[in-house]
Amino acid sequence: MTTDPASPYRIEVRNRHSEFLAQPGKTLLVAMELAASQAIAVGCRGGGCGMCKIRVLAGEYDRKRMSCAHISEQEQAAGFALACRVLPRSDLVIESDHFVEGL
Amino acid sequence: MKKGVMRPGHIQLRVLDMDEALAHYRDLIGLIEVDRDDQGRVYLKGWTEVDKFSVVLREADQPGMDFVGFKVLNNQTLEQLQGELVDFGCKVEDIAAGELKGCGRRVRFDSPTGHMFEVYAEKEQTGKWGIAPQNPEAFPLDLKGMKATRFDHCLLYGGDLDGTLKLFSEVLGFDLAEQVVDENGVRVAQFLTISTKAHDIAFIKHPEDGKFHHASFLLETWEDVLRAADLISITDTSLDIGPTRHGLTHGKTIYFFDPSGNRSEVFCGGDYHYPDHEPVTWTADQLGKAIFYHDRQLNERFLTALT
Ligand code: FES
Ligand SMILES: [Fe+2]
Repeated sequence: MTTDPASPYRIEVRNRHSEFLAQPGKTLLVAMELAASQAIAVGCRGGGCGMCKIRVLAGEYDRKRMSCAHISEQEQAAGFALACRVLPRSDLVIESDHFVEGL
Repeated sequence: MKKGVMRPGHIQLRVLDMDEALAHYRDLIGLIEVDRDDQGRVYLKGWTEVDKFSVVLREADQPGMDFVGFKVLNNQTLEQLQGELVDFGCKVEDIAAGELKGCGRRVRFDSPTGHMFEVYAEKEQTGKWGIAPQNPEAFPLDLKGMKATRFDHCLLYGGDLDGTLKLFSEVLGFDLAEQVVDENGVRVAQFLTISTKAHDIAFIKHPEDGKFHHASFLLETWEDVLRAADLISITDTSLDIGPTRHGLTHGKTIYFFDPSGNRSEVFCGGDYHYPDHEPVTWTADQLGKAIFYHDRQLNERFLTALT
């Protein structure tokens, strides 16, 4: 796995059978948009709407505060996160499309 | 029939990080920070607004809207409305004067779409910001960012549009100014006014109650909307859509997100409404054009990204 902060992280989006390279220092969602990928749904980009909800299956990451309406503490512990609040620290394997409308 | 409600007076929004939120509402949109309280809430307003504040930010774990408040003519009107809200079946709560700094007693009530609203009669009047009350200049010189002139309206999402329309028209005296009706004659969007504006508040039908779509701030000209778009790019702010025009209300607009994911709008222009006007109707098969007059196509995000 890549840990050199200067080189991009490889993000595998398992359910979409796709991958993209994420620039370090960017949130996962913004990095995906910069890589012209559409593997994660884009909403507010601010941790509020839940549209970018993912599950991280493998890899290291930090996260900024996320709306508790979309990510409970239990879910956080199980690897669920909002991609717009996730800062990768290594290559990641993720699953996108975890947003359920009208919950 | 008018019931003594004058205008949208304030909105309280929840944000995940206060400093980031202030960079958005104060430095980018250009609202004036006027006060803070011991709960950590920050009070702001657009420079043309005569009352002390119109936007209150509160840090919390879940972004979204706490409530919208409407200013009414006087305390007698407030008493009268309180009784009618109770009779209508609203859950009504009395909030003591001073709970929001500089605001008098508020009557808070719930609604069929699951949103909380308030009416109040008194708020400290500090006057327009940065210009003299007599012989006023056109604008103050030291405005920031988009130089928003006022908090104008908000759009909320919820289920029972008919119920909330009944509450707003029968108890509060709002008119239905514009609407979208689907092929079965069901109203799926309603724009309500208490003035001659095309909307003082709006609702769109949605399976989940109590959701917040956007808070909107008024600019003067289309040039200002284009300049707002430049500022959104300069500051790398999360863009939703625009600059464009709405079919509904015909306002010229741009949508973007605050750093906690609450949507903001700045806009100018648009339709007007008088009490003898029939509601302007759009049909749901033209929804794309009704919402985005130029693209004539809805984007998924505009419908689903809510807080
Ligand atoms: S895009 Fe809205 S929470 Fe991530
Ligand atoms: Fe609006």
